Amino acid sequence: MAKISIENLRHSYLPFPNPEMDEDYVLKKLSIDWQDGGAYALLGPSGCGKTTLLNIISGLVVPSDGTIKFDGRDVTRASPEERNIAQVFQFPVIYDTMTVYDNLAFPLRNRGVPESEIDPRVKEIAEMLDLTATLRNRASGLTADGKQKISLGRGLVRSDVSAIMFDEPLTVIDPHLKWQLRSKLKELHLRTKRTMIYVTHDQTEALTFADQVVLMNNGEIVQQGTPVELFEKPHHTFVGHFIGSPGMNILPCEVKGGKAFFAGQEVATQNAKLYKGSHAKLEIGVRPEFVTVAKKGIEAEVVKVADAGRFRIVETKAANSSIKLLLPEDVSVPSGKVKLAFDASHTQIYADDWLVGQDR
Amino acid sequence: MTLELRNITKKMGAETLIYDTSLVLDSRSFNVLLGTTLAGKTTLMQLIAGIQKPTSGKIFFRGKDVTGQAVQKRNVSMVYQQFINYPNFNVYDNIASPLRVAGMNAAEIERRVGKAAELLRLGPMLKRKPSELSGGQQQRTAIARALVKDSDIILLDEPLANLDYKLREELRDELPKLFADRDAIVVYATTEPSEALLFGGSTATMSEGRITQFGPTSTCYRRPQDVLTAQVFSEPPINLTKVEKKGATITLLGDQKWSVGAAGKGLSDGTYTMGIRPHHIAPFTHGKTVGKFRAKVIVTEISGSESVIHASAADQTWISQSHGIHAMPVGSTVELFADLDQSLFFDSAGRLVS
Repeated sequence: MAKISIENLRHSYLPFPNPEMDEDYVLKKLSIDWQDGGAYALLGPSGCGKTTLLNIISGLVVPSDGTIKFDGRDVTRASPEERNIAQVFQFPVIYDTMTVYDNLAFPLRNRGVPESEIDPRVKEIAEMLDLTATLRNRASGLTADGKQKISLGRGLVRSDVSAIMFDEPLTVIDPHLKWQLRSKLKELHLRTKRTMIYVTHDQTEALTFADQVVLMNNGEIVQQGTPVELFEKPHHTFVGHFIGSPGMNILPCEVKGGKAFFAGQEVATQNAKLYKGSHAKLEIGVRPEFVTVAKKGIEAEVVKVADAGRFRIVETKAANSSIKLLLPEDVSVPSGKVKLAFDASHTQIYADDWLVGQDR
Repeated sequence: MTLELRNITKKMGAETLIYDTSLVLDSRSFNVLLGTTLAGKTTLMQLIAGIQKPTSGKIFFRGKDVTGQAVQKRNVSMVYQQFINYPNFNVYDNIASPLRVAGMNAAEIERRVGKAAELLRLGPMLKRKPSELSGGQQQRTAIARALVKDSDIILLDEPLANLDYKLREELRDELPKLFADRDAIVVYATTEPSEALLFGGSTATMSEGRITQFGPTSTCYRRPQDVLTAQVFSEPPINLTKVEKKGATITLLGDQKWSVGAAGKGLSDGTYTMGIRPHHIAPFTHGKTVGKFRAKVIVTEISGSESVIHASAADQTWISQSHGIHAMPVGSTVELFADLDQSLFFDSAGRLVS
């Protein structure tokens, strides 16, 4: 197990990138510190650079600039074998003709571990994954989630790996089994305390699995933090939009004398008083979770109500902007004209997309 | 214009893919087929499309028997999970292809492709090849092609499954709007309960080759007529437990006694399976009739605004999904509160009784 440090990393797939041109790089100056034994997620949309970063960490790609250290040791140019990272992929990588037992034992046998050590290890992992009863069965007869469990087991079976990386491991799994496998994985992390890095585009998976989430967009880290930090205090409007379902409401505003105004009406926020300067774009960000129907407030009109089961998503229009709010299952749904109030402690101002008053 | 499946079955060798199924779909309706992988959703769609023939039973369209009619004559469009486009055609030609096949004049083709491209925000991409598009744009192109002709039936087989989470959210919002003013029957297959809910319309829940319930989506979700439907239509999985009802109390978890909530009041005494959705169980008191129990925490998942607690009590795993951040150490004991007025009761045959 190892602490992983990434320092000033840049990467371009071009043969001769211009160091002055940001757009030549798929990864633009990243620095990350991952502590030994943590559960981390690398989250972002397709094309954000997360797979490139994953390949750089595992040693499949050598970065254009910057260094990667495992426990302080520079491994930037070390081969994947030297780095000793276990990987679990989107599709199960197992041998159909082998038994479940032999599949789990494979990574150990490959490294010449004696059978006397392999046996207890395989049995321990099988027990954790509820595979004990099927150990003697052939892997070919298993369902997709059963096979993916073996892939997870193969990632976990070696105790000497620097880290385990999961690349969209639950994408092909049905929703109800996803819940089981995801909570299993989280449980395994707590039991084994391995460094785990989980790469995904799915915010639910990232937020529920990781203690720390790195959110990427366009080759840059937009914010690193705990799930609660990303939810409650998005540093950038992209974070507000990407995290949460539906994402944060973003409304054009003016700030005068430390007060924010939307469509001429004052809106209490937690950071308008910190605003100085003159930015081209000023916006209020407030999550649907922090908007309520009130006796007084912003005038809006209900345009759509969608049932999400445990809550309803109410979409309203106010001065040409869309404002969404969530209503619990047992609260009656308003219609027509309503007045909306924002929770001031969770309402913030963004200048040119960045949170006002937040150091970058 | 209705589509009727009358006592359809589909066998493949010794295996039955679709058991005796009858279903009537109306024009201008949005119908979701909800079920796990291998529940029979794709087979049912292929039967509707005419790609496969039923082993027995008949299919009627506008009252006319079309059971033996080939797919080419049925005026259907299909969109699949994989992004299927002609790789050497640009976006414009991809969208225009079914119209060209139908021999439509160039001016009309241009008008229709323009409109479909505008709806799906593909305007700036019309000259690009599929390989130069993102996954979302490729799937938008496939959807535009399904929209461009006046199909009577539009079948969408997990079209958003291969897309990014956020993109999925966006298209999920747009899709019903795209079909709203069309005189067509739309059928949409998904494995995700949340997707079915957000679309509204009607839902047919499927399990192992059978439709377990068909009706307005919110009815299927809130009043599942049997245990299977409740399981198919619950995310996270619904909590199910055996209870003994006697008078105003129910006994569960071995010896735990709770008062019968509003849902169980009219039931005769006896043994039932009680279903409680995860969001009706919380680590704090809520609701009018509360069932309290202690459980051992297996794992907690915190999403930023909600907590999902997996905990065990009486040899069973319980899932609670509640608002707020409730971090619980593994192995610790948590007191959970179930809102019994929201519970569902099923009889020994698994049918909803209250």
